[in-house]
Amino acid sequence: MGHGGGGTLSAELVEHLFAPAFGSDVLAELGDSAHLTLGGARLAFSTDSFVVRPLFFPGGSIGDLAVNGTVNDLAMVGAVPAYLSCGFILEEGVELALVGRVAEALGEAARTAGVVIATGDTKVVDAGHGDGIFINTAGIGLIPDGIDIRPQRAAPGDVVLVSGPIGVHGVAIMSVREGLEFGVEIQSDTACLAGLVADMLAVCPDIHVLRDPTRGGLATSLNEIAAAGGVGVTLDERSLPVPDTVANACAFLGLDPLYVANEGKLVAFVPPDHADAVLAAMRAHPLGKEAVAIGHCVEEHAGMVVAATGLGGTRVVDMPLGEQLPRIC
Amino acid sequence: MKYLDEFSDPVLAKRLFDDIRAVTTQPWSLMEVCGGQTHSIIRHGIDQLLPEEIQLIHGPGCPVCVTPLEIIDKALEIASRPDVIFCSFGDMLRVPGSGRDLFKVKSEGADVRVVYSPLDSLRIAQENPDRQVVFFGIGFETTAPPNAMTVYQAKKLGISNFSLLVSHVRVPPAIDAIMNSPDCRVEAFLAAGHVCTVMGTGEYPGLAEKHRVPIVVTGFEPLDILEGIRRAVRQLESGQHTLENAYPRAVQAGGSPAAQAMLADVFEVTDRSWRGIGMIPQSGWRLSPKYREYDAEYRFSVTGIDTEESTVCRSGEVLQGLIKPHECAAFGKECTPRNPLGATMVSSEGACAAYYLYRRLEAPNKEASSVG
Repeated sequence: MGHGGGGTLSAELVEHLFAPAFGSDVLAELGDSAHLTLGGARLAFSTDSFVVRPLFFPGGSIGDLAVNGTVNDLAMVGAVPAYLSCGFILEEGVELALVGRVAEALGEAARTAGVVIATGDTKVVDAGHGDGIFINTAGIGLIPDGIDIRPQRAAPGDVVLVSGPIGVHGVAIMSVREGLEFGVEIQSDTACLAGLVADMLAVCPDIHVLRDPTRGGLATSLNEIAAAGGVGVTLDERSLPVPDTVANACAFLGLDPLYVANEGKLVAFVPPDHADAVLAAMRAHPLGKEAVAIGHCVEEHAGMVVAATGLGGTRVVDMPLGEQLPRIC
Repeated sequence: MKYLDEFSDPVLAKRLFDDIRAVTTQPWSLMEVCGGQTHSIIRHGIDQLLPEEIQLIHGPGCPVCVTPLEIIDKALEIASRPDVIFCSFGDMLRVPGSGRDLFKVKSEGADVRVVYSPLDSLRIAQENPDRQVVFFGIGFETTAPPNAMTVYQAKKLGISNFSLLVSHVRVPPAIDAIMNSPDCRVEAFLAAGHVCTVMGTGEYPGLAEKHRVPIVVTGFEPLDILEGIRRAVRQLESGQHTLENAYPRAVQAGGSPAAQAMLADVFEVTDRSWRGIGMIPQSGWRLSPKYREYDAEYRFSVTGIDTEESTVCRSGEVLQGLIKPHECAAFGKECTPRNPLGATMVSSEGACAAYYLYRRLEAPNKEASSVG
């Protein structure tokens, strides 16, 4: 179970089992999207599978996630998303009306994102061998000339920006899946980030790194970037945008918002000369209006993320092992 | 954020750090009893910012850490049975038994479920009348009342397919045992606020007097902890040894009479073994004879448990405050959260896990030499 949590165990599964078995140079870069060159065009290609429970939750559905998740992976290398494939794995007995609602949501999300669903597949598994509906999507998009966004480009001095409040999607899912009530309804932040990225690239084509911190949260993404770029990342803990509702829920459950999943947020590593302009462009976009700078890249503690605590101390922000587990008291 | 932000305000924190610095004239060793306090101290870097004279010793107050290996092995054995649904809070799933943990048992096909309340497990029992549902009831005085309530409800509703695997422990006997140890270095205690919310403070004045040790009931936010430290140091510097309540917004002297009544009805005090420490007289609870049929150990009569602890793990010494995590040779090498040798590394509130998560930038030798 821990191997699906997006933390250290997930990374080890990919690096030590899948990558060697597949023997692919492209895959070896281990980005959210692969960079491909085909007939002279620079393409981004990505796939993702969605197994969320419940299928509909405050602020979205598995259909929205299946589009936004893959489109965002393409956007995180600066690509303009163009086409999606869509594979449904249905459990025998699932109501067709429910499948229809998911398909409607998926189609609507695709239209909002400006991508075309070009091909698809459907399989049915025996009752008890699935969880209602699983969806896989793959997407392809064009990377404009002059754009080179990869975690390996993170460099000392880069300013780390995040596009808005963190931990919202994970808490929204927990609130409905576990029947936990936190006083107010928390809506998932699932959204297509391609438009926000386009606005950011318009003011700074030289953005070094983009990442949407989904499973494993912001901490996991920052650790992955620090490791890939061979840089240290220093965070100012008090600048982290954690909504009260998320902070309260995390305090109640003993979780750290830095490790809670997001679906409509991005983190950007930007050269210091361009940080103010990119931040302004983000704040001018509806999905980035609460964007803030949360830290910067340093030469020290390469491969590690370190936070300055609100009281003036420091702490390591480690890669999570697997999923966070609510504590006993 | 209301009720939390107020207690991590950096300006007020600086004032408290200054007060502590002003009152401190000599070295003192303070033990925070609760793992939640340890976690907060390390996470916020409080120990880095205190005067050098103040040493914080991390106590045994992580219920996951002190649950005996034998009970973990019994849990694994019961959870493996095909007719059982085994329910637990999440942080018990990674705790190593003699050879495996609940995650491993789950991956082998056992029906192990994470719940957020013991009452969830009672609902599962109602929904699965042909299965046996077992809840892993561990923890201090904080988690014992809801677990007692669950058993009470099961009996009241006539739910016969539910039982509790009990490993509850009590804090005051542990404080007494630590102070009775000839190696004890503790000069003052920060008592666990949530425990006192339930039980009140009545058990502590006697301990403070018997061992001539200040005890300050302390909360879990940064300012709570700093206020606890400030009061403890002030007592030490003036030669006092009394009980003080620095957590009045949550703790009243009498605690929660309703919770205490529930405990008294369902449980009875018993000797209890603590992982890494050993047997502490009168330090635990077990189900009273009236509720014996809900005792999973009795119902499943697990026998033949042969426990096997790591020979290099020093988590027992960590739990007693005799060493800090860095001083164990296995720390961060053979023993990591990925491959924990002891529960203090696997529990999110264990001192070893807190050091591994938050303190790896520091040179272990520097930390160790400053403690010894």
